[in-house]
Amino acid sequence: MADVSETVLPGVGVRHEFTTAEGERMGVLVHRNGRREVLVYGRDDPDACSTTVSLSADDARTMAELLGVSQVSEAVSAVQQQIEGLGIEWLEVEPGSSAVGTTIGAGMFRTRTGASIVAVMRGQTTIPAPGPELAFEDGDVVVAVGTTAGLAELRSLLRT
Amino acid sequence: MLPGAGVLAATSADTALALVEIGALTLVLSAMARAAAHLGITAIPLYLLGGLAAGEGGLVALDVSEDFIALTAEIGVLLLLLTLGLEYSGAELRDGMRTGLAVGALDAVLNFAPGFGLGLLLGWSGTASLLLGGVTWISSSGVITKVLSDLGRLGNRETPAVLNLLVIEDLAMAVYLPVVAALVIGGSAGETARTVAIAIAVVALILSVALRWGDHLSRLLGQGTDEALLLAVFGLTLLVAGLAQQLEVSAAIGAFLVGLALSGTVQARASGLITPLRDLFAATFFVFFSFQIDPSTLPAVLLPALGLTIVTALGKLVTGWVAAARLGVAVPGRLRAGAALIARGEFSIVIAALGVALTDGPELGALAAAYVLMTAVLGPLVAKHAHRLPVPARLVAAEPASVGR
Repeated sequence: MADVSETVLPGVGVRHEFTTAEGERMGVLVHRNGRREVLVYGRDDPDACSTTVSLSADDARTMAELLGVSQVSEAVSAVQQQIEGLGIEWLEVEPGSSAVGTTIGAGMFRTRTGASIVAVMRGQTTIPAPGPELAFEDGDVVVAVGTTAGLAELRSLLRT
Repeated sequence: MLPGAGVLAATSADTALALVEIGALTLVLSAMARAAAHLGITAIPLYLLGGLAAGEGGLVALDVSEDFIALTAEIGVLLLLLTLGLEYSGAELRDGMRTGLAVGALDAVLNFAPGFGLGLLLGWSGTASLLLGGVTWISSSGVITKVLSDLGRLGNRETPAVLNLLVIEDLAMAVYLPVVAALVIGGSAGETARTVAIAIAVVALILSVALRWGDHLSRLLGQGTDEALLLAVFGLTLLVAGLAQQLEVSAAIGAFLVGLALSGTVQARASGLITPLRDLFAATFFVFFSFQIDPSTLPAVLLPALGLTIVTALGKLVTGWVAAARLGVAVPGRLRAGAALIARGEFSIVIAALGVALTDGPELGALAAAYVLMTAVLGPLVAKHAHRLPVPARLVAAEPASVGR
């Protein structure tokens, strides 16, 4: 990967820039509000941008998709910001907890806590949108979405 | 009975008139904001012109709602400073302080001195001259960020130099504002020294608390709904500002420090929530400021204002040149940086407004208004055509041929 240099622009965001294999200088300016600007520096005046393209957060996702980069972590933080009062947490199923061996359906976790389990990470694999038949194992990491109180309750259920 | 029903029942002719006046004034402001957007300039000069037209000796006279408008204007200043504080994170400030002090000092010398000198030359008091120095010193971060964004220059390599300088200026304001506020209150030399010392101590205290405990405050405020956050930030700003004022530290700086203390996602949310409110109150502030200026004093200050504009535009060009050169930017970029910095705006008016009660206050106000009108209109224009500025051949010749990083 090319050397990417980062510059903080106070009050605006962060600028990342690098030189392409063909010697073109380009960069991405990430605004604080999530807007992106793609920057292409000029050949006559290397300090000025000859082209800038402004991308909304949505456009940036499309662009990244086209360029083949996964945007999972972005999407998660977007969900977190958009839905007020709702948080996302990574909770570990503690060894020896009563949750081990219990299926998601039988544990009635959503009914009891209001928090939804959106994924389970087991070792190197991730099980997205697990069904009610999935049983927890020692050391599973549960990705859950819910209110702060609901998530705290779910954490204690997975711990004891 | 509904709370407030007593007030509603007592709706008198006065209230009705006040509502009509405030409504009409706000509608006029809206037309101005639209015209400014159409012209591609900031609305501040138009607001100032509007205030001149409506004020003492102007075209129309508003009197019933003046008290209300005065308080609204006061809140406008606080929100201006709050949003300014919200712009920057503690880390950015610390960074700015570390890297930009030398350029910041040059900026202060080149742009504060002309205003201060002219004040003394006009025979004003030392305090009024200090205020005029402040008026010519501080570039308008609002205007400049907008101009850079409109011209597609945020990604340019000279832009960090410009933005870092704005950070330094804003930090300098955190010291300058309380000091001049103390001087304006006046008194004997001993009393003044004491007030200034208290002011600086309080600012240092709040600043360190804000930088250290800001995260906790942010977490505390960030848990509720947007509505709760808006009310909390607004309330906290007014409360801290009021307390700062009681300690004879400028209220504005209290608001600025509240903005600094907020960080992370709360900062972003609060900024989004407060901005519309700021636009409303700040517009009132600009109008109210020039509303108090007697238009007949304007012709006398036009020439000094023009002189100041030229001298301090050169001052900013040199400052921007040096700041950009330190980042290894070539000549065209240095010119762009300098030209971008010419615009003065909200801060200059905030500073001039501090001096309203001084003997030289009316002149200071008129001069500051004329000066801001000129620089706020001229600055963006020069920035747009920076590549056409003539550069002394000596400076270009001294340049290494290629400066790319």
